[in-house]
Amino acid sequence: MQEIPINTITSPNVILELIYRLKVKDVMTTDLVTAGKETTLRQIQHIMREKQVTGLPIVVGKRLIGIVSMDDIIQALDKGYIEEKAQDHMTRNLIVLEDDMPISFAISYFDRFSYHRFPVLNKHKELVGMITSRDITSTLLVEINREIEELEKRTRTTSLSEEMSGEIHTYTIMKNDFENAGYASTEIKKRLKSAGIAPHIIRRAAIASYELEMNLVVHSDGGELIAEYSPQTMQITARDSGPGISDVEAAMTPGWSTASEWIRSLGFGAGMGLPNVRSVADDFTIESNRNGTTVVCTIELHPKQEET
Amino acid sequence: MIVQDLAQLEGFTTQYMGNGSQQIQDAYTGDLLSDVMGNAPAESVLITIQAHKNTVAVASLAGIRALVICNNRSIPSDMLQAAKDEGIAIFTTAATQFEASCRIAAALGRINAGKD
Repeated sequence: MQEIPINTITSPNVILELIYRLKVKDVMTTDLVTAGKETTLRQIQHIMREKQVTGLPIVVGKRLIGIVSMDDIIQALDKGYIEEKAQDHMTRNLIVLEDDMPISFAISYFDRFSYHRFPVLNKHKELVGMITSRDITSTLLVEINREIEELEKRTRTTSLSEEMSGEIHTYTIMKNDFENAGYASTEIKKRLKSAGIAPHIIRRAAIASYELEMNLVVHSDGGELIAEYSPQTMQITARDSGPGISDVEAAMTPGWSTASEWIRSLGFGAGMGLPNVRSVADDFTIESNRNGTTVVCTIELHPKQEET
Repeated sequence: MIVQDLAQLEGFTTQYMGNGSQQIQDAYTGDLLSDVMGNAPAESVLITIQAHKNTVAVASLAGIRALVICNNRSIPSDMLQAAKDEGIAIFTTAATQFEASCRIAAALGRINAGKD
């Protein structure tokens, strides 16, 4: 049987992505037990027993010069040179891995060579870790579990968000109503949460809806916030009946604000509202004239492979 | 750290604890709420002087778990009620935002924040 029974070419995509994404340095043991070249094999035998390791790298400073394995110790006991120094009997022909290699390399190394462990060097050729097949299998198990959890969540989420499809909620927002400000956004957040949407997507919807809601409170003569849900996206529309934004391009510039001192003292009016909305939205449009402003932003509910 | 660890920090007074066992992973300092909204990390504590109800709304939406209100500002009752409704912890302190941030950075082990 293979040391690590994972095919590095034909496994499912999720597994392939994992073994190429995970690097040797993510998996290796960095808590190293080493010995010097003058150390006797007898001393090494004691270290192995005490630290419960089956192979000891022999180093000069951070430079790896050999390995003494359990087999070497058994040989030494058998042939009566256990009191001699590591440098005279260690294995010098070493096969090493680099810390930046994907673990797919390590898996095929374990397959190709009969060693139970490989030393890991960094790009300066310094010894930085040791890797065993056990290090790989245990990390892979943890990661595979996490991936499966994600996959399960994704299938569950898709069916739940279908259930909310077609829903439209309209919230009326009054001018200067700081008392209820945030209510509509909180409702939108709760709705997405109960549909099982991923937290980082909910956060984006919450940021967009809150900024638009506050804009209506702070700047408009009053208006409405409309949340529309479909299986793949949600659309948030903020519509008011005036007075309009005099310079839309300026309003989209971070830091530009027309808010009064009083509004600013509350922590609003930093000129970040519309830029924030645009940065979290997958699609964003704004139209404004003296009869009113309409902002429409769309957020994908299940983006593929998004960085969180 | 967890939320209730904030209560142990020098000069911090608990106004509302809620679920004290929630994890705090990071912190953000700011008084401009839309900057906070756009930039504060989730599962964090916010250090601010904005002692009003809207701060709680921002915290809840941005996933902030605790507020530290600085400069001895008092907490209006509607803010406290909102915090209870939303499950956001509130602590007050006489310290400035800078001092409070330093204490929290030390507690988070982020004394090298910005360099790490």
